[in-house]
Amino acid sequence: MKDFTDLALEKAKQLGATYADIRILTQHQESVRTKNGNVESMGSSVSKGFGVRVLHDGAWGFASSSDLNETQVRGVTAEAVSIAKASATVKRARDVELSAVDPVVSKWESKFRIDPFSVKAEDKIGLLLEADSLVRRNKQVRVASGSMWCLREDKLFASTEGSYIEQVKTEVGAGIEATATDGRELQRRSYPNSAGGDCAAAGYEFVLGMGLADHAETIASEAVELLSARQCPGTETDLILDGSQLGLQIHESCGHPIELDRVFGQEASYAGTSFLTTEKQGTFRYGSEIVNIVADATIPGGLGSFAYDDEGVPAQRTVIVDDGMFKNYLSSRETAFELGQESSGAMRADGWNRTPIIRMTNINLEPGDWTLDEMIKDTKQGIYMETNKSWSIDDRRLNFQFGTEVAYEIKDGSIGAMLKNPNYTGLTHEFWRSCDAVGNKDEWRLWGLANCGKGEPGQVAHVGHGAAPARFRNVKVGVGRWT
Amino acid sequence: MDVRISNAERVELLGRQKALEIVDKAIRHSPGDLTEVIIRGGVSRLTRFTENYIHQNVSEVNQGISVKVIFGKKIGVASTNSLDEQSLREAVENAARIAKLQKPNEDFEGIPEPEDVPEVDAFSENTYAFSAMDRAHAVKAVIDKAKSKGFKAAGAFSTDAGELCVANSLGIRAYFPSTTASLSTVVMSETSSGYASARATDVAEISAGEVGRKAAEKCAMGENPVSIGAGEYEVILEPLAVVDMLTYLAWMGFSAQAVRDGRSFVSGKLGQKLFSDRFTFWDDGLDKRGFPMPFDLEGVPKSKVVMVENGVASELVYDIKNARKEGRKSTGHGGFGGWGPMAVNLFMAGGSDSVEDMIKKTGRGILVTRFHYTNPAHPIKMLITGMTRDGTFLIEDGKITRPVKNLRFTESALRVFGTMDMVGKDMVRAGRTVAPAIRVPAFTFTGTTEF
Repeated sequence: MKDFTDLALEKAKQLGATYADIRILTQHQESVRTKNGNVESMGSSVSKGFGVRVLHDGAWGFASSSDLNETQVRGVTAEAVSIAKASATVKRARDVELSAVDPVVSKWESKFRIDPFSVKAEDKIGLLLEADSLVRRNKQVRVASGSMWCLREDKLFASTEGSYIEQVKTEVGAGIEATATDGRELQRRSYPNSAGGDCAAAGYEFVLGMGLADHAETIASEAVELLSARQCPGTETDLILDGSQLGLQIHESCGHPIELDRVFGQEASYAGTSFLTTEKQGTFRYGSEIVNIVADATIPGGLGSFAYDDEGVPAQRTVIVDDGMFKNYLSSRETAFELGQESSGAMRADGWNRTPIIRMTNINLEPGDWTLDEMIKDTKQGIYMETNKSWSIDDRRLNFQFGTEVAYEIKDGSIGAMLKNPNYTGLTHEFWRSCDAVGNKDEWRLWGLANCGKGEPGQVAHVGHGAAPARFRNVKVGVGRWT
Repeated sequence: MDVRISNAERVELLGRQKALEIVDKAIRHSPGDLTEVIIRGGVSRLTRFTENYIHQNVSEVNQGISVKVIFGKKIGVASTNSLDEQSLREAVENAARIAKLQKPNEDFEGIPEPEDVPEVDAFSENTYAFSAMDRAHAVKAVIDKAKSKGFKAAGAFSTDAGELCVANSLGIRAYFPSTTASLSTVVMSETSSGYASARATDVAEISAGEVGRKAAEKCAMGENPVSIGAGEYEVILEPLAVVDMLTYLAWMGFSAQAVRDGRSFVSGKLGQKLFSDRFTFWDDGLDKRGFPMPFDLEGVPKSKVVMVENGVASELVYDIKNARKEGRKSTGHGGFGGWGPMAVNLFMAGGSDSVEDMIKKTGRGILVTRFHYTNPAHPIKMLITGMTRDGTFLIEDGKITRPVKNLRFTESALRVFGTMDMVGKDMVRAGRTVAPAIRVPAFTFTGTTEF
């Protein structure tokens, strides 16, 4: 492969590029989906190709192709330069400059115990269909479904600054769902999380550890119970969120607004900008004093973990919110330079055919001191919500509204009746400032999220969120007309 | 319809003959009782800009092939983006290996027989040949409009030239080349933003200056917005906001699979009047006012499906599986896997009113340019939540009086299309949907934000 990377980088330099990098990728994926006792689909896919990114005359160009040979490498590199020349005709007063990074030659592989690609198809199918059958023991369940996937990404990065980095990452994910309906109401419960379950940079041992079959009957009975549960009331009350929902809350209201490309308007016309403008760095109270959030790409097993980002910057642990104060952004070499800082190593591309953009790594709420039981016992009147169902947030990441699959009322320190169609809403900083209890390290776990969309053309990132349950005071719940 | 292969050195498009040769080869290699093959790919180019400069500029050439091999009711799928002989054989063997390891899928209803597919001309040489420098000139035209008012423009200009080839072992051989050019911009001042977009098969139909002008004008109208409380208001939804709601309505309601799974509000209610008399809503993959596509991903020709006629829920869209389960014909809306069939070429009937007429009829209401980050909160109630964006205005006594800060809504699409009392005469094409503006007498805003 070095022949190809050298060819691209030399060609780019010959054509006048001041910087160039090339990524050569192969992605293998296998997936299974089951529904009501049948294997709905089972497939495997391979995607191979390369992308060349260049800086020429102070502006960016990127070109890519699925066809890896010498002619294509030359042609794609020349196209990237010609695109950069077009970019330079509508550029800023100053050229793009990059924060410094040491060149590195390195190899890295994520760890796993059981290679998911070596597991027999019948074992994967059997695991999902066992859970499916247990869900359907409950005759009021209309649809039982399950899914499982594994991905191996083999990536080579080389740059004109001398980096040559090979990384291999293996990921797995799985989950089950039960949907019940009585014609007027439709309710769903998922395990271990909604939107396809949970996922990690791990092997098949991660899927086995979920115990899907052990939870199948519970989600079935909860989905059915929800059909006749009381509607979540519209009120302001204390709210406790489970770790999985809190993971998505962190994702939308912290992870996205700290992306420095958003702050600089580079997503303005699509997903929006950010309320965390640069004058707020170090001075803005994001949350209460017990809110501590880090971006950590170094955690073993994290879906947002790696050794080097797609600019060859080493994976890092960056403090984002310290005792409630906003401290740092997720950044790239270009955006960090704008602030006179170093890149936090957050540039990642969704495959060979996309240029890197700033993506979340593992954005984690650090553990506090509480157990969930203690939190509930300490709550006189409130609601506990679990497992995401819907999500929405404004284009500066301030006003959010989330729905969850299930909720329970809390009265005088005890869990009470089940509530259906729960949702809650608020403004990001008001919400996080109202946080007065965070679960301890025994309650904390790292969730994987494999569907984070951003960018034009669209890119999907695999990211992680560590969270324990947490409590928020006086939150508006039960929004909307439900009768 | 075929395409001109303009770049001999770099294969960007296969052309009809080459595509058909590849699918024939895959079907010949297949040991299955039945085989389906799909080729999708082409060239995609996109220029992004912000703060009045180009910050991202990309190009991609990619072709992928997906092979489904079926033994009895045992199905395996494999895909690759390498079209050489060895990769093709590996994909077929992989799909066959997976199928053999499978349990029979008792839900499987076979694959479609060939039918005549209409020819649709949706390929523009102008769009295919549009270069990075051409995009830069167009982007500059947008930026110049923003600059002329002291604003900043962000946005994207993309051109795609693609091919879709669907074939199966029963004889389907469907090939469709198409192009799309798309320009969108958000023009921003210190306190406001305005959006405009254009999309066409032929890039020559897009006037970048006009897109920039419209967005800049909306941005100017929205400067210095005031806060307004949440609550129930009369509302005028401009076409882009209507498109958002129509998409959810089609996706969640009018799929035969959604009805069979009991997750659609139409379940048990076909033939009933669920909406206003003014509401007629259909899918037509052949209507050139939208973005036509002559067949679906199963190779079945597209039929026009009137989902709502004068307020009555009338027809659903079908793929081959759901059609055969009900003893019907597929409407050509298949190939979306577990989602089931989907309506993707949407049209809503226009009315006789202008947006100005609607404003005049409004005592105290809100005009919404478009929505942001909408998401369904409940599929049967069709409750949707989202934010307004890029131009929200207060109407008082028949006139727009002030721009207002953005609002969150949590409202049912059933109530919106059930109670709308005015429908616009001017149709707007957005994405694959064509829709007018509407006026709704009562619409629920449930939250506010700081801008």
